[in-house]
Amino acid sequence: MSGLEVRDVTVAYGAAVAVDAACLAVERGQIAAIVGPSGCGKSSLLGAIAGIVSYTGTVCWEGQDLGRLPVHQRGVGLVFQDGQLFPHRTVVRNIAYGLEATGVPAPERAARVQELLELVGLEGYGERGIDELSGGERQRVALARSLAPRPRVLALDEPLSSLDAALRARLAVDVRDILRDQGTTAIVVTHDLAEAEVMADRILTMEAGRITGERAG
Amino acid sequence: MTVRARSPRLTPRGAWLAAAPLAFLGVFFVVPTLAILARGAQEALGGSIPWSRIADATGTTAVLASAATLGSLVLGLPATWALFRRSWRGARLAVAAVTVPFVLPTVVVAAAFRAATRGAAWASEEPGVWLVILAALVFFNIAVVVRIVGPVWAALDDRTYWAARTLGASPWRAARTVTLPALSRAIAAAAAAVWLFCSTSFGVVIVIGGGRVATVDTEAWLQTQQFLNLGAAAVLGVLQIAMVATAFALAGLLARRARVAPALAAQRDAPRARGARERVVIVAALVPAGALLALPLVTLVVRSLTTRDGIGLGNYRLLLTEGALGGSGTTAPQALGTSLVTALAVAVIATVLALAMATFIAARPSLAWLHGALLLPLGVSSVVVGLGVLLTLARPAAALGPDIGPRLLIPAAHIVVALPLAVSVILPAVRGIDARLLAAAATLGAGPARVWRTVQWPLARRATFMAAGLCAAVSLGEFGASAFLARPGAQTLPTLMFRLLGRPGAENVGMAFAIAVILALATAAIALAADPSARPARAASALTSSAQAAPDRAASAGRLS
Repeated sequence: MSGLEVRDVTVAYGAAVAVDAACLAVERGQIAAIVGPSGCGKSSLLGAIAGIVSYTGTVCWEGQDLGRLPVHQRGVGLVFQDGQLFPHRTVVRNIAYGLEATGVPAPERAARVQELLELVGLEGYGERGIDELSGGERQRVALARSLAPRPRVLALDEPLSSLDAALRARLAVDVRDILRDQGTTAIVVTHDLAEAEVMADRILTMEAGRITGERAG
Repeated sequence: MTVRARSPRLTPRGAWLAAAPLAFLGVFFVVPTLAILARGAQEALGGSIPWSRIADATGTTAVLASAATLGSLVLGLPATWALFRRSWRGARLAVAAVTVPFVLPTVVVAAAFRAATRGAAWASEEPGVWLVILAALVFFNIAVVVRIVGPVWAALDDRTYWAARTLGASPWRAARTVTLPALSRAIAAAAAAVWLFCSTSFGVVIVIGGGRVATVDTEAWLQTQQFLNLGAAAVLGVLQIAMVATAFALAGLLARRARVAPALAAQRDAPRARGARERVVIVAALVPAGALLALPLVTLVVRSLTTRDGIGLGNYRLLLTEGALGGSGTTAPQALGTSLVTALAVAVIATVLALAMATFIAARPSLAWLHGALLLPLGVSSVVVGLGVLLTLARPAAALGPDIGPRLLIPAAHIVVALPLAVSVILPAVRGIDARLLAAAATLGAGPARVWRTVQWPLARRATFMAAGLCAAVSLGEFGASAFLARPGAQTLPTLMFRLLGRPGAENVGMAFAIAVILALATAAIALAADPSARPARAASALTSSAQAAPDRAASAGRLS
């Protein structure tokens, strides 16, 4: 099949099983949301897909098992709830990070960073330090940083939940438009059903470590 | 199917990172220490061991360390209260001043007390010299008490104290029944640390006491240098290790028995000093400690400037002449050169090894115990380090050539002493980096090496430079191990100073004091340069904001802040 396929993925921390044989598939270019109560294993599942958490089972892209690839070669981007921007780098250098890591030449890099700054509505913010940004601006930078190296799949872990309600509603629409614009295959984890409905094409529900159902977004 | 504890590799964590530091400590610490244990056991069974001398030395060590611990607490606790529980103008400066002795080399402090008591007959005779040594040990360890107890006391919630007062307790009774129990764990920790420092304090005892007061450390040195009885020295080394182990065990026991977890306040502003009476109490609490700290240092400087022809730089000028040989075959400028080169080499090598070790330990939580094991060289006396290296490596080093090999032993011993300190400074910084920040870098396509270079290193750089400064300062002032390993023609500043102090003549002593002042200034300068709290944070933020206008500088400024 095309796109992302997750089969029987299990994540355990010692004796505690966070994700229990979860299965899901996301078509290329589709945006899927995973909704569930806190502690149901959503974040661990995203971590497994990104490769930053050890798991059993398989995660495939276009039929190829990503399991053997180290994190930095999987091509799965991850947007953290609190951004996790590099505090010692400016906005531009944060966004450029993935391009530097994958060896994109400087002129091309600068152009791509500029394009992303415009895409997330932060033109002119490039030389700012991270501590000069508001919460919403930080999440925009985090999104731009993850999109810059054009990941196969972008995983977003509660990307808006650290923001206040009004900003969240506005940014949800923005994020959806940006992901659509880039044609990115994405999985968004959230505990907010309304937010999922705005952002995603499909909504999967998760409970106690398992994907339990699907509803149209 | 659910068994997988290891997390994916995001940062460098290969065994090669730990290989060099561990191999170094193996060759220069573990093998020498084991050699002392083996030699000591063997000699104790059949060698010619001066048992009565050894028993005396052990008794002296225990008595001196215990008395100095008591003295440090008696002078240190009131000072801690005045510095951390009351706020007044200059309190922060006073905290900095009180902790200065912490970074001063032991030989400098010992020289300062020699200077302060010079000419007083009582100070060079049996009971008097003990008092001077005691005072010098207390001088050092007031800083230890203030540093360990201060932060806990400052954070103590004083509402429990006031609760006791409203229940009818007098200030003294409330302090004794409420405050003291809450501080007991910190006080026990401070007492254990002080006792440990005092019982392994070679430099102070040998410089002030000459040969008259023999502790375990100084007796080991005497047996090595004067009686050429390495077997007896090894027995003393075993004793030293046993005493330190006992002290650690006792400290652990004390900490467990002091079961009161203090109630800590969220708000930590000390109340302002109010009323004339309280001001008097604050002054009274600080004066004894302040006088003990200031007088010797002031006299040291004055004496270093005192020559037969009056006040002047005569002693410093003499250092540049052949008269400064001190019978050692090393001139003062040569010793300064040796000390500086050694300090630089130690700073670079110990810091690089520590950084590798910290990266390794931070990436492998299951090996966190390695950090504890790495602290072992800190526990044993530097005399043990020096003696061990002398026992096992002097001959192989000599095989490298008479000029090169022996010269490498002093830096090697310094690295053994400095490495644990460097790891202790760097590891918290590396560990403090959010694991998700590293994961973010990895998901953006950065392999472990790049994650290290672009995230771990920039965020640990400040601590690394701090560690380097600390290593340099430690090396510059190191005396215990150096005293065993220094050879004619290759003295360091502290060993040369010691030799000069031991020679007759006012000029030799004057030059020794001049060297002590130079050592103190150099160490203080390095400590100040390496300590980020001494550097105004404002400069960094100013750089960041001005960098907005100049994009190419933004990156470097961002790294600074």
